[in-house]
Amino acid sequence: MTADTTLDLLDNDPVFHLKGGMLTMTVVELVRLSHDHFARQLAEKVEQAPNFFVDTPVVIALDKLTDPINAAGLTKLLATCREHSLQPVALRGGEDFRALAQSAGMVLIPVGRQREKIIEAPAPQPTPEPVTSAPPAAAMPSGGRLITEPVRSGQQVYARGGDLIVMAPVSAGAELLADGHIHVYGPLRGRALAGVQGNTEARIFCQNLEAELVSIAGQYKVAEDLRKEQHWKQAVHISLAGDSLKISAL
Amino acid sequence: MAKIIVVTSGKGGVGKTTTSAAIGTGLALRGYKTVIVDFDVGLRNLDLIMGCERRVVYDFVNVINGDSNLNQTLIKDKRSDNLFILPASQTRDKDALTPEGVERVLNELKETFDYIVCDSPAGIEKGAHLAMYFADEAVVVTNPEVSSVRDSDRMLGLLASKSKHAEAGEKIKEHLLLTRYNPERVENGEMLSVSDVEDILSIPLLGVIPESQAVLKASNQGVPVIMDDKSDAGQAYADAVERLLGKDMPHRFLELQKKGLLQRLFGGR
Ligand SMILES: Nc1ncnc2c1ncn2[C@@H]1O[C@H](COP(=O)(O)OP(=O)(O)OP(=O)(O)O)[C@@H](O)[C@H]1O
Ligand SMILES: [Mg+2]
Repeated sequence: MTADTTLDLLDNDPVFHLKGGMLTMTVVELVRLSHDHFARQLAEKVEQAPNFFVDTPVVIALDKLTDPINAAGLTKLLATCREHSLQPVALRGGEDFRALAQSAGMVLIPVGRQREKIIEAPAPQPTPEPVTSAPPAAAMPSGGRLITEPVRSGQQVYARGGDLIVMAPVSAGAELLADGHIHVYGPLRGRALAGVQGNTEARIFCQNLEAELVSIAGQYKVAEDLRKEQHWKQAVHISLAGDSLKISAL
Repeated sequence: MAKIIVVTSGKGGVGKTTTSAAIGTGLALRGYKTVIVDFDVGLRNLDLIMGCERRVVYDFVNVINGDSNLNQTLIKDKRSDNLFILPASQTRDKDALTPEGVERVLNELKETFDYIVCDSPAGIEKGAHLAMYFADEAVVVTNPEVSSVRDSDRMLGLLASKSKHAEAGEKIKEHLLLTRYNPERVENGEMLSVSDVEDILSIPLLGVIPESQAVLKASNQGVPVIMDDKSDAGQAYADAVERLLGKDMPHRFLELQKKGLLQRLFGGR
């Protein structure tokens, strides 16, 4: 069979599918233009949660920016982002930013209907991190990670864009991160942070709650408080009720 | 097939060198051709515990640098024809060990030996990393206290992610060796119990070595404690070696011994 005939036979087989999808995306919303401050503050943020930012696609929002910005200024800004392994993919702003976006080879997203809320970065942070949160249902795409070996002190596991299921013990000093839910079928003695991109519907399930910290969408409780719960060392599920974590028996 | 066993812990002073000497000697006494390699460059304790410090001419770093060959460098143990020691350098620092050099020497040792026991330095830095990187099995030495257990846990994480086998998607066989176990202090709640530690680390228990005067006595004499078969620690190490070789042995020395008069007079300790 020659290559040509193969092509003919497959002519009507689709080679791609168009699908509607929604992604949760971190937005870096600029307020003032000061490169030094930006570089320093970004470095601090990244230091607080290094793995959270690795290859994270971000939208640079210019609509709240009070200072003027030109192509050179933008280039510098994008370079700083990439230095910290953020991946700027689009600009957000009015039509007057279109030329600027084109010059930087970026997409321009109009300001508008996105639902947005301030959440904290994955680890409990003193200052909040602005992040857009898509509607809950869409913010829980399939995918996720299954871990069958113990997660040891010093190790970190992140299920980007999905749920994290751990079928082994999670040691004190270990850290679990997921954009979706976290399930632990073994003692949970480390830190578990679900919904780290701001999904308030994310939950944590575990067979034995002995965690150092649990967090959902930035709301957290540390061991000192968890120990006072009646469900300490028991099977629980943890969800977000308003602004606080609700811990109930499984 | 030669097996590389690393004796490691993370935390310092928990009994790695004591254990390397005991296990290496135990394997040799059971007929396996064994070499114990001291990775603790700059400190060099193994040769003291083995009682061969006065016969050291060349060392591990010399072999890596090509200053000497293995034949010239390996020290034959006085007690067993099957046992050799590759001493560490006292004058060099950890940077003298290179991954390529270590791999080359280990490969050469594999051609003659059944077991290569690697005595790891403390910490999780370069020296400890090189000691465990090429291992097929790991004996994780832990004392029954929180900080030691935490460090062992960390080391287990590294074994499962940063070793040669792990990088190839394979598993290193892990063994827990609880040392300096003192049943009395466990009973008083001053130390973690065997089951506490097993529960936290969740790897198979190779043995429990009691806190024992015999260890210090043996190391002062330059005789591995496993040779002292009257002592509790010596017997516990002998059991551990049997388990390492696949034999099922009940664990001893876990309970507080209430000594009777006869035991006191003719007692085992
Ligand atoms: N079972 C035991 N009972 C009593 N003392 C012990 C026991 N095991 C080890 N020791 C003592 O603990 C000390 C440290 O032991 P050793 O040198 O084997 O530890 P190490 O882990 O190799 O230390 P380092 O991290 O410095 O290399 C020594 O003084 C040794 O005699
Ligand atoms: Mg030592």
